[in-house]
Amino acid sequence: MEYINIFIKAAFIENMVLAYFLGMCSYLAVSKTVKTAVGLGAAVIFVLGITMPINWVISTYLLEPSTNIISSLYGDQIDLTFLRFILFIAVIASTVQLVEMIIEKVSPTLYTSLGIFLPLITVNCAILGGSLFMVSREYDFGESVFFGFGSGFGFFLAIIAIAAIREKIRYSDVPPALRGLGMAFILTGLMGIAFMSLMGIDPANLTAGH
Amino acid sequence: MADTAQVKAKEGTFAFGKKEKQLLSDPLNDNNPITIQVLGICSALAVTTLLEKALVMAIAVIFVIAFANLFTSLLRKSIPKEVRMIVQLIIIAFLVTVVELTLKAANYPIFKELSVFIGLIITNCIVMGRLEAFAMANRPWRSFLDGIGNGLGYGFILLIIAFFRELFGKGSLLGFKIIGATPEYIINTTAGWGQTFFGWYANNNLMVLPASAMFIVGVIIWIQRSKYPRLVDAS
Repeated sequence: MEYINIFIKAAFIENMVLAYFLGMCSYLAVSKTVKTAVGLGAAVIFVLGITMPINWVISTYLLEPSTNIISSLYGDQIDLTFLRFILFIAVIASTVQLVEMIIEKVSPTLYTSLGIFLPLITVNCAILGGSLFMVSREYDFGESVFFGFGSGFGFFLAIIAIAAIREKIRYSDVPPALRGLGMAFILTGLMGIAFMSLMGIDPANLTAGH
Repeated sequence: MADTAQVKAKEGTFAFGKKEKQLLSDPLNDNNPITIQVLGICSALAVTTLLEKALVMAIAVIFVIAFANLFTSLLRKSIPKEVRMIVQLIIIAFLVTVVELTLKAANYPIFKELSVFIGLIITNCIVMGRLEAFAMANRPWRSFLDGIGNGLGYGFILLIIAFFRELFGKGSLLGFKIIGATPEYIINTTAGWGQTFFGWYANNNLMVLPASAMFIVGVIIWIQRSKYPRLVDAS
């Protein structure tokens, strides 16, 4: 039950895109049609779900001073947390590379349909952001798996929603200067407010999102 | 920055002509990282609730992007194409770690406020995007200027957003109360204007929510593209 809570919280209440505004670049750039949005969303679920537990293992057994292997070998507490960014991003970059190679071997059709979006995921801030949130919220291994898949699912929902709206709005009479990007920004803002109703806008405690 | 650039222009290798000037000014409008290139939105919107936070973030990004551009450009001939992404990311991650540790030592409260968003400069698409698009193909000095220009273009938009969000959301700028009643004014209404103007103003809590940043960017894009119709792309 705890795990399902974390999944739902990550997917809806603390949605990566609409509550934290992470992963915006690929979200805005790849949401012109629903078809490409589905491809990117699926790849993000996959990569988030895989990198999150790997980064948990690295963070716990290599970096944290009280639990890492080096500390237990030498008896002293050795703090290696300053290596966090470099190791996390290296894990993400190599996971994306690995996922790309596996998908290419196992399912060439899926590989061609994902195309350019796989390498793009490396610089999607939602991936690194998810790992950093996982550290700062002190999740355990199981929780980090569900948090990973939950955040990925949240991204998937958000990008499909905006892509569908953008496909529809192409037939509407938007002021010329606002067409395309400008409208996408305002729509995302409105969707962000809508998603906020899931937790209820609480003016007294607006720092809840951070 | 322009001052040091002009001093160095005499040395020849650091020429500062029309082309270099354009590298600095283009990203402010015609090729703005946020409103035109759509890069770096991710960390931009989360840090704009207060002007001070936005200012620190802008300086951090200018530093990281300028030096990442410089180092990548110096190494560009010896980086194999297959591993270039990992090399670039490690250069960026190194610089971001430097920024993080410096900020942690220099101003801990601000560091706490910015939390994960300093780390997220690594995946800030502006940095990666400029490395790929510019530094891999240009000489170090120009890459450095391009980095500063793009950092300024990013910081410029960030400060505009933060200005409106802090003014209307908190009634203050850089922590100083500008509009709305201060607590002293409410207790002692005979103080006239008190310390502030518009004593009747109640803070608009919507401006504190991240969604408001999206609206402000949307409006900035609207104004920019109405003024320069050549920037419109309708897709």
